Amino acid sequence: MSESPLIPILIVSTALFFIGMFGLFTRRNMITMLMAIELMLNSVNINFVAFNKYLFPDKLNGLFFTLFIIAIAAAEAAVAIAIIINLYRSHTSIDVEDASEMKF
Amino acid sequence: MMINNFFLLLRQELVITAIIFILLFIKLGKDKSNESLLHIINVLLFINLLIGFFPMMEGGLFNSMFATNKLVVLEKNILNFAFWIISLQSYSWLKTHKHVIEFYILLLSSLLGMFFLLSSDHLLMFYVGLEMSTIPLAAAANFDLTKRQSSEAALKLIISSAFSSSLLLLGISFLYGTTGTLILSDIGSHLSYNPLQIFAFILFISGFAFKISAVPFHLWTADVYEGAPIAVTAFLSVLSKSAVLFAFISILYKAFASLSSMWYLVLIVLSMATIVIGNLFALRQENMKRFLAFSSIAQVGFILIGISGSSHQGSSSLIYFILIYVFSNLAAFGVLSLVSALTGKESIQDFKGFYKNNPTLSWVLTIALFSLAGVPPTAGFFGKLFLLMAGAAKGNYWIIAIAALNMVISFYYYLRVVKAIFMDENDQPIEKLSIPIYPKIAMFICIAGIILTGFLTVVYDYINSLSISL
Repeated sequence: MSESPLIPILIVSTALFFIGMFGLFTRRNMITMLMAIELMLNSVNINFVAFNKYLFPDKLNGLFFTLFIIAIAAAEAAVAIAIIINLYRSHTSIDVEDASEMKF
Repeated sequence: MMINNFFLLLRQELVITAIIFILLFIKLGKDKSNESLLHIINVLLFINLLIGFFPMMEGGLFNSMFATNKLVVLEKNILNFAFWIISLQSYSWLKTHKHVIEFYILLLSSLLGMFFLLSSDHLLMFYVGLEMSTIPLAAAANFDLTKRQSSEAALKLIISSAFSSSLLLLGISFLYGTTGTLILSDIGSHLSYNPLQIFAFILFISGFAFKISAVPFHLWTADVYEGAPIAVTAFLSVLSKSAVLFAFISILYKAFASLSSMWYLVLIVLSMATIVIGNLFALRQENMKRFLAFSSIAQVGFILIGISGSSHQGSSSLIYFILIYVFSNLAAFGVLSLVSALTGKESIQDFKGFYKNNPTLSWVLTIALFSLAGVPPTAGFFGKLFLLMAGAAKGNYWIIAIAALNMVISFYYYLRVVKAIFMDENDQPIEKLSIPIYPKIAMFICIAGIILTGFLTVVYDYINSLSISL
């Protein structure tokens, strides 16, 4: 199989990763920040699947890694959303600028 | 045969799992008083600690995903011990708390994750262990549900750890793409100075630097430590940091050995920045937890110098230092958690005139701070000495000079607390605190450890005989 489809896929996944990073740094809404992190994790998933299919198709290492990343990202999101709900109860806001009592 | 290996090699993990299940069943049963619960839990944790000292087999499981040897067992025993001490110390805080069992289940699952992290010989197991050790901690950091700072701390912890682990994952995916294997001991032979691999390595190391709070990535540390309950702060600053450092050194020396001339430079830059910034920020802190947070950042800088030596001595001095760090940091946190649970006071101002009513606690805190600063009779001095010697092996003596200068700076802020305790006048000093039996045992063990570990050469010799080198 030719390697040529790998390069465009990697470009997409890298773009997705840095879009996610940009979102994490610029957005101020906690839920949106969480979405940005999910975007970063999903770009890594694309990387793994692409590497597995085009470079090392004889083993399924990359695919299984992807499954684990998806499961752990779900667990992480569950805990993060629980924390955000609890933070909303005390701060009545989900803007990160409001959660800045502790500095330096 | 297979099933025998399963029980023998996974023994420490299975005991922790069993304790988690016992706690779940106790939770399902009828309500018990907090005190009897804490008695049961502390005894269970002590049994768990003892079981770790029985001779263990070496070997691998699950297609060499999980590997254990004597060094890993020793590291797990250190973690078990630290967890038992933290559990003893948080007695006065947990006695009146509504959710004792949930607290222990969260922290035990985090400890289980650390065990898998330490035993991992495969990047998948490594990643799962790392996440398993951080996600429950974020929930535990929010354990004072009604406290504003607690939820802020938990949010900062989960967002920054998720971000750092996604950096780490991108690094892992590039490593997989360029080497075609995920097994740590195989990666080394596939590595060269290929640009994509170097990029992967940089991502990998920044993910790690987040977890151990080395300087450009340290900003979450102080906030999380201040906001979280003290028991969780102690857990974060001792257990999770040392587990990640153990994993860090084994990955650097095993998987990335062929890139050693590159990571030497990275470690030097990180350690210099960490020591200087950690110390300078520690100078201006007023809250005890924040102060200990920055002091622990500075300690990580010293540890990185030791690791950069990349010798046999590098890894043995790291484990030795962490053992001492467990004793001294936990002694300090023990006093803080007692004071905070009984009076709610946490700032350095409140500790003025502490000696007047609480001479014992004052001495414990003082010895702990001396050991953290590295004043000679205590073990902290020997720990730092060995780390700097390991770092000096490469011949860059200016690093050691900067580190030594920073030790002098660190004396200022450690001794500032000691001065507040012994010399400063205070109209309303903290009244006499009665120490329950469990924290008393914990403090006694910590102080004995601080004094004895430095003088008993067997400890260092034993660690040295097990250590790995490049």
